[in-house]
Amino acid sequence: MNSLFPSIVSRSQSSGLMNFFVPIISIVLTLITGSIIFVLLGFDPVYALYTFFISPISSTYGISELFVKATPLALIAIGLSYCFKNNIYNIGAEGQLTMGAIFGGGIGILFHDTNAFWLLPLMIFTGAIGGALWGLIPAILKTKFNTNEILTSLMLVYVALFILDYLVVGPWKDPFGYSFPKSRPFSESGRMPLLFDGLRVHFGLIITLFLIFVSWFIFSKTIFGFQLKVSGYSPKAARYAGFNQTTLVFFAFAICGAFAGIAGLAEVSGPIGLLYRDISPNYGFTAIIVAFLGRLHPIGIIFASLVIALTYLGAEDAQLFLQIPSAVGFIFQGLVLFYLLGAEILINYKLTYKKLL
Amino acid sequence: MSDKILNIENITKYFPRVIANKKVTFDIKKNAVHAILGENGAGKSTLVKILYGLLEPDEGNIKLNNKDFKVNSPAEARQQGIGMVFQHFSLFDSLSVKENLILGIDEKMSYSDLENKLENISSRYNLPLDLDAPITALSAGEKQRVEIVRILLQDPQILIMDEPTSVLTPQEVESLFVTLNALVKEGRTILYITHKLEEVISICDTVTIMRSGEIIDTSSTTNQTAKTLATKMLGQKLDDLKTNYGHIKDEVNFEVKNISCDFNDPFLTDLKNISFQVRVGEIYGIAGVAGNGQSELMDILTGENINIKSGSITFDNKKIEKYGPQKRRDLSISFVPENRLGHSAVPELSLSENILLSQFPKNNFIRNGIILKNNVDDFANNVINEFKVITPGNDAKASSLSGGNLQKYVIGREISSKPKILIISHPTWGIDAGAEHSIRESLIELSQNGTSIIVISQDLDELIEITHKISVIYDGNLSKPFKTSEIEIEKLGLLMGGKNE
Repeated sequence: MNSLFPSIVSRSQSSGLMNFFVPIISIVLTLITGSIIFVLLGFDPVYALYTFFISPISSTYGISELFVKATPLALIAIGLSYCFKNNIYNIGAEGQLTMGAIFGGGIGILFHDTNAFWLLPLMIFTGAIGGALWGLIPAILKTKFNTNEILTSLMLVYVALFILDYLVVGPWKDPFGYSFPKSRPFSESGRMPLLFDGLRVHFGLIITLFLIFVSWFIFSKTIFGFQLKVSGYSPKAARYAGFNQTTLVFFAFAICGAFAGIAGLAEVSGPIGLLYRDISPNYGFTAIIVAFLGRLHPIGIIFASLVIALTYLGAEDAQLFLQIPSAVGFIFQGLVLFYLLGAEILINYKLTYKKLL
Repeated sequence: MSDKILNIENITKYFPRVIANKKVTFDIKKNAVHAILGENGAGKSTLVKILYGLLEPDEGNIKLNNKDFKVNSPAEARQQGIGMVFQHFSLFDSLSVKENLILGIDEKMSYSDLENKLENISSRYNLPLDLDAPITALSAGEKQRVEIVRILLQDPQILIMDEPTSVLTPQEVESLFVTLNALVKEGRTILYITHKLEEVISICDTVTIMRSGEIIDTSSTTNQTAKTLATKMLGQKLDDLKTNYGHIKDEVNFEVKNISCDFNDPFLTDLKNISFQVRVGEIYGIAGVAGNGQSELMDILTGENINIKSGSITFDNKKIEKYGPQKRRDLSISFVPENRLGHSAVPELSLSENILLSQFPKNNFIRNGIILKNNVDDFANNVINEFKVITPGNDAKASSLSGGNLQKYVIGREISSKPKILIISHPTWGIDAGAEHSIRESLIELSQNGTSIIVISQDLDELIEITHKISVIYDGNLSKPFKTSEIEIEKLGLLMGGKNE
């Protein structure tokens, strides 16, 4: 006789092929579950899915918007992979993004009437510094006081958001802005150049692709990437090898923070053009899903960022044409992560029914 | 027959590549303390796990009170009247003593009943407990009391104690012995698993000695001495000694002086004033039963732990006790810790990548931070060929290799860089005889070419076969060295059991 409930047993070897298919399987399962939800809401699932996933990208403008949304997601996700490969759970990228926007944006506000070629590079640089500094706080707390980086990095998100809030209603408020909680607009040379006339896709995309390439090189060719990987797989082996784990934690957080900071700066100096309260629709959190959906691999992250960017666009279209709340986009993101984690478990473990007597 | 509570008949248990228990047969008398004595790996734990329902025997049967006894889980074993106190405690640290006890009860019991019962047990068996104290606040001995009380709540006939004194202070050991005597007076039976000779003689009535999965002897302890027990436990292993002292130079090139280290952790052994010297070309063995400070000493020798209280390590006239592993490798000192998977190798990485865990200055694996993959691959292929590692190629994952093959690869990696010192822990632990032989051979060859080797091992056979000198580590103390060719096995056995002279 077999027991009623299965028990979870570790697999001796996980299949490499399945490893590759997991993201695809998760997306298919998400679509199926999504259709069921649409049916329950009383919509024709084919029409609903079309509205959600096809119509947003059936125009040049739509495709440009897809890249606008995918840019910060991919950039933050590749930054997060430095942490995740090292088994550091930095989930505060949203805060690091906000700090990048504040630092870089602060320069933009300071030089709001300057037009010079150096302004944007300076903003990008200070944005990276701002994000990196914010990322270093949980790194210091973790290495000095052994605190849990999941909690500290998350809490720092809200601190960063409140600082931004304070700045845009207080000292950095636009004196000509009719008391709206927003800053002065940046000068023309403090804006990300657009790649095509009439489309919002901007130079941040090029920066992102470049940093993804650099990260690919670091992960696969350098001893630093190797050290990150080893210390993630097995801290004991890293200690044996003599890798300095404190340094690795600092670097991982600093790089991740810098990338998120650049993403934040690219948002405010790209599509937005000034600082205000809601500069990011949770890009910093959603990028966690992108990083795992892309399996922490540069190429994977590019595709994953496009898929998840589509859920943002689809949610807007669904709100417009189906009159359902745009929060349905979060449902899709949640479903993807849910199936991804579920499939991940089944790759490494199997269910068996234990024999009773 | 009536005074026997447990009959164990022909129990055999196979594990891949090893027979853990081979036709184990003996009886346990009711109302007595019965010891099972043996070295690590002798098969004691396997046997006990079978009794407690954690493992299923492949052959043989067990009778409890003359009735067939077969259990599939610890819960069933407890129902049948067998309780066990493990070496490592399974208590919830953040909960109180009382809460931990409630969690351990299988049956329903009212709260006042429980308190009465606890009071009864505490006073009867010398087990004082503060019920409201959190587990974290307790000493190792107090935690063990909680474990014992938890088992006694189920009123077992047989109580299995696995190495119960390994984490206790001498005073706590005294107090435990009072408890055990009280339990036996009540009519219970205790199965006492140990490798400590003194304990067997002082509190056990009968002793069963195991070696390599087989029963060597079961007899009363009345006419035994620590010496006779040691000889039986270790066997006559001195027959074919093979030592060659000719190539050893007089020059000492590695010296450990008065190393002490406190850990403040019940699961770690403090090191007390450890000193030894290794000469050029010498193989120096450190024997001892597991858990007497070997891994703690290893961490200090490799530089993974540089927080020592006092003492020094000298190599080539340099004080290196504060150097990390890489700085020591830069001086041509190389290490192989006990665990392959996750310590000396990363199972998820390929064999090639695993080369990079241990880099020596002359390797030329990295230029400006970039990995020179060709050099690494060549080195890996070289190790694979030279040490006859069986693998499809250097891109195979470390986890895909058998234990023996991976160990050959790891040791090959270290030896290939021709270190001046090799520090190696349990070089042939858990691997098949063929690999074992080839590893020992390469260690001897290395020493003949002028490398000094420090071997930490529980395997006396191995140490006697390959070393020139042996010291014994017991409870964090290292004995003076003995020349391997002149050593007496009884002496070693006594030292390993903590009996000096």
